[in-house]
Amino acid sequence: MLRVEGITKSFGGFMAVNGANLEVKQGEIVAVIGPNGAGKTTLFNLITGILRPDDGKVFFKDEKITGLPAYRICRKGMSRSFQVVNIFQRLTVFENAQLSILSRQGKTFNLFSPSKRLAVDETLKILESVGLVNKRGHISGSLSHGDQKVLEIAIALGGSPELLILDEPTAGMSPEETTRCIDLIQHLSKKLGLTILFCEHDMELVFAIAQRIMVMVRGQSIIQGLPQEVRSNKEVQDAYLGENENGTC
Amino acid sequence: MKQETQGKEFWFIVGLFIVLLLAPFALKRFYIYLLGLIFVNGLFAMSLNLVLGYGGIFQFHHAVFYGVGAYGTALMITKLGQPAWLAFIVGPLLAAFVSLVMGVICIRLSKLYFGMLQISLGSLVWVVVYRWYDFTGGDNGIHGVTLPSLIASTKGAYYFTFLVTAASLLVMYLIVQSPFGRALQGIRDNPVRSEAVGMHVRLQQLVALVIAGFFAGVAGTLFVVIDNSAFPDMLFWTLSLEIVIMCLVGGWFTFFGPMLGGAIMVALRTFASTYTEYWTLIQGIIFMLVIIFLPEGVLGYILRKLKPHKEVTAKGEY
Repeated sequence: MLRVEGITKSFGGFMAVNGANLEVKQGEIVAVIGPNGAGKTTLFNLITGILRPDDGKVFFKDEKITGLPAYRICRKGMSRSFQVVNIFQRLTVFENAQLSILSRQGKTFNLFSPSKRLAVDETLKILESVGLVNKRGHISGSLSHGDQKVLEIAIALGGSPELLILDEPTAGMSPEETTRCIDLIQHLSKKLGLTILFCEHDMELVFAIAQRIMVMVRGQSIIQGLPQEVRSNKEVQDAYLGENENGTC
Repeated sequence: MKQETQGKEFWFIVGLFIVLLLAPFALKRFYIYLLGLIFVNGLFAMSLNLVLGYGGIFQFHHAVFYGVGAYGTALMITKLGQPAWLAFIVGPLLAAFVSLVMGVICIRLSKLYFGMLQISLGSLVWVVVYRWYDFTGGDNGIHGVTLPSLIASTKGAYYFTFLVTAASLLVMYLIVQSPFGRALQGIRDNPVRSEAVGMHVRLQQLVALVIAGFFAGVAGTLFVVIDNSAFPDMLFWTLSLEIVIMCLVGGWFTFFGPMLGGAIMVALRTFASTYTEYWTLIQGIIFMLVIIFLPEGVLGYILRKLKPHKEVTAKGEY
């Protein structure tokens, strides 16, 4: 479904991503791991069009999407959440999810129909699936950090994606919130059949839910394979697991 | 609970509408004119707030579109000899067009950079109007614009201004509540996220700028109706600042805030300047006090006092 070939991006003289490769198949849950500064977030920004790559190609559903602006890539069926909470702070929880749906439906240039009657059922369904339905009237900026991260996922779901990209979905969450988030990701994969690509520091989470794992070190992808392959790979142990058994979480 | 407060708001607006409809029968000519001036300035400030408060776009030189609307209307009537009713439509459309051109140039920049470039381009428009004696009358402006007899009297001009302002506010209210308005607020809160959910951020903002320019043009046209004149100060950058102050004083995250801010500033200016030449000094002090003590603006403060637990009461919504 998603194929990244030799993608490269430098900031000034620093090679943030240096010829990384990645493949995600339909229905899979794929994790990207790597030490801090390995270029995971930059890789996701390159895939989703927030940044333009210097070199390399990105294919989504066998179509080349390299260098397209983010809003066009999103419309092709790829949604993402962000590592740092990135929500519409002054809008309510309901409006956050609804706006994403309205955007997908191409209604954002509709000037005169009242939005409070649009896409209500679908919005409620999404909030129900992520467990925020009871907080739908809250101003999103006033939510707890964990809830804001979950709202991130809800906004991404509003785009009705085939591929969902999550950038450190559990960063900063409490243990209970993390457990809930794992359940949520598995639910999305099994019940809604979403293909999920995520990166994470929490090794427990990665090995619990990822079907395949890609390891990044200093901007390069050193291996992509099944969890046990990754765990037993010498290079990975040297670069990453060896020096920090449990990751940073 | 929510229904009840909404009902109250509705009846308050209806009551205000009736009072303003009857006002000319009870007031002296000067006060009728003053009310008209408040509508014009309020509408002008609200048009700015569409992009400033709802859009998060730093439109620092909004007065350009107000001036272009006014000059467009006045010149159509005086120089081109066109019927006034046609001029009333052309003025705002011209303002919207200028807004589109300036928007296309400025929109690539964000935040402060957008504002700076906008001030520069707007000042160019001002220079043209200020210097082009043959056509615009230069620093004299245009005076004695003849209007249709229906709206030539003080009362006629008042009612026209009032009704057009009310209609404009209604349209703006619909826009703010529409998916377009939502998207605009989303972009204000988080442009990166907006793009990541599939919005064409720049295009969305450009359309907002054109709409705001149009309504500023409507306000400019209405000024010609109540004052029969247009002058270069209407597109000088200091007026733009005054309008920003109106938005902030009234409350720029509320819909009617800028109208209230406009009313406060126009009324104060009129009364204070009969006592002192240093009106701008008073304006500055008021502005500072509001920023320090009422950061949400006057209306923002009142609404918060009326609904202290907005998050909680809004729970049962939808």
